[in-house]
Amino acid sequence: MEKFKNFTGIVAPLDRPNVDTDQIIPKQFLKSVVRSGLGAGLFYDWRNQPDSQFVLQEPRFKQANILVARANFGCGSSREHAVWALADYGFRAVIAPSFADIFRNNCLKNGVLTIILKPAEVDAIFAAIKSHQDYALTIDLAGQSVSDAFGWSAQFAIDEFPKRCLLEGLDDIALTLAHSDAIGAYEAAHPSPYRA
Amino acid sequence: MAAQTLFDKIWQGHIVHEAPGQPALIYIDLHLVHEVTSPQAFEGLAKAGRKVRRPDRTFATQDHNVPTTDRSQPITDPESKAQIDMMRKNCREFGVKLFDLGDREQGIVHVIGPELGLSQPGMTIVCGDSHTATHGAMGALAFGIGTSEVEHVLATQCLWQARPRTMEVRVDGQLGLGVGAKDIILGIIGKITTDGGTGHVIEYRGSTIEALSMEERMTVCNMSIEGGARAGMVAPDQKTVDYLRGRRYVPAGREFDQAAARWLEFRTDAGAQFDRSISFDAAAFAPQVTWGTNPGMVTEVTAKVPDPASFPDPNQRRAAELALDYMGLRPGTRIEDIALDRVFIGSCTNARITDLKAAAEIVKGRKVASTVRAFVVPGSQQVKAEAESLGLDRIFTAAGFEWRESGCSMCLGMNPDILQPGERCASTSNRNFEGRQGKGGRTHLVSPVMAAAAAVAGHFVDVREWAR
Repeated sequence: MEKFKNFTGIVAPLDRPNVDTDQIIPKQFLKSVVRSGLGAGLFYDWRNQPDSQFVLQEPRFKQANILVARANFGCGSSREHAVWALADYGFRAVIAPSFADIFRNNCLKNGVLTIILKPAEVDAIFAAIKSHQDYALTIDLAGQSVSDAFGWSAQFAIDEFPKRCLLEGLDDIALTLAHSDAIGAYEAAHPSPYRA
Repeated sequence: MAAQTLFDKIWQGHIVHEAPGQPALIYIDLHLVHEVTSPQAFEGLAKAGRKVRRPDRTFATQDHNVPTTDRSQPITDPESKAQIDMMRKNCREFGVKLFDLGDREQGIVHVIGPELGLSQPGMTIVCGDSHTATHGAMGALAFGIGTSEVEHVLATQCLWQARPRTMEVRVDGQLGLGVGAKDIILGIIGKITTDGGTGHVIEYRGSTIEALSMEERMTVCNMSIEGGARAGMVAPDQKTVDYLRGRRYVPAGREFDQAAARWLEFRTDAGAQFDRSISFDAAAFAPQVTWGTNPGMVTEVTAKVPDPASFPDPNQRRAAELALDYMGLRPGTRIEDIALDRVFIGSCTNARITDLKAAAEIVKGRKVASTVRAFVVPGSQQVKAEAESLGLDRIFTAAGFEWRESGCSMCLGMNPDILQPGERCASTSNRNFEGRQGKGGRTHLVSPVMAAAAAVAGHFVDVREWAR
């Protein structure tokens, strides 16, 4: 995994609660056997509705690499394809009042930062996007803050371990294999539960 | 020692390594694998030159993608075929047991785990699928993971996990006739909402839960994720022991008795504390029908489609408006007046033998409405064989249902079983998300008996009036 670096990026608003991973990446893209190229399937059905203009189709959000949404973002299916699609499309962070657990884990494994802010802070970002063209936020992971060019900022919480993994770009399998002796000892003490 | 919950006991018993300020390294007893979320994990292993650490605790099946029509015919979708072939190749190369198409043990991963005796009380169980919570009905800590974590478990048989919080969901009392496990869990989700369980492991307790069959407990645990909880569990009891006795992978003879004695110790101690508790009265549950585009948008069959204006929270109001627009429903429409085009009885939620028996009871001697196309997709080949030995297939086909081969099928529509745009379906599956069963398709989640009655009537009906 690449190290997460602080950045400033355009923010795209997705004003819905409970955005599920079936919407983020519909089923037909799950037949892929590789991790790459899934950006083409991101929000595929919403982007391809003839009668409504989906927010990511607006020219001013074409370069967005931060997504802001409402509560319980990423609920539903465990499909990591959702995160691969967001990352491949160019998103490096998602801001919401809450995230589904599995989606949040999947993001951390792929260097995509999930930022939980208070509902009022999320409201403030939605409002700022409405009143400023090319509204951008600066994300500082080490400092655990998001801020804009107009003096607004908010702090976010993140556990130390995922923060370190993101900042250092750690391969957690290698990290675990450093505990091989402990795993072996556990296995020796716990015989197979299955019929021989 | 302080009083412990069922979760505490399993968690404590699986810690391989723990240090302050870090998640715990947890040992995984059973890793279930399917064709859709594993190819990239095996690819990662191969690239790093790693092996599967415990092939003897790793079991694979083909379920998400597979056709449910005649298995002797070739798979026509080249992408599905490639993924199915990839599963075979990966299992062969990494030495993993595969329950393949054509095998008599093939089926939906969350149906075959308990059925084969792979899922046992006190275990930690993971799978690259959010409905892994199903196995919690065996008294296990079972949860879904992403593909990166699948790769991690393949390589190490462990996972780094922050300790979740615990939530007690109590259901006590007597369920009404025609009201079952699906109505309990939909009713619970309607109350706690789709993120009420986020960050928590649920233990379902109380006299109603204890009275449920193992299959019904699986239905309840299965949809824990729809309430935001990665895992849901029920303490093992004599029913659990009786269910497991004689199953293929379960020890036999004296070893079984020893295992059963250990299993029964996995219970929440008197006085143990949960981080949250919520209680329900079973008698208050009615048959449930979802009206919107997430499982929390649910009401009773005798109720009406709600008016978005009745939601005080502006985000919820907007979500309800979008949902009704997608579903093609007007506020105030009686649920029983909603006409259906399709009925699907299947999925890891409701495709076990008890589900099919209950649905067949309703269907017996009746006909599917001429306006409805109805499917029954058994959860596994073993369920299918048992149903056929009981003559259930003939009851369904005589009524006009299609009787299919096992797989996930129309629950997520990765195979050819999908809704057409605008089609409305009564489904025993677990998700009514937009496009879940096919782009533009409209899904209403219900129990197997509600789906069966709806197939006959052509619209939703209160199955309590049909219950004998």
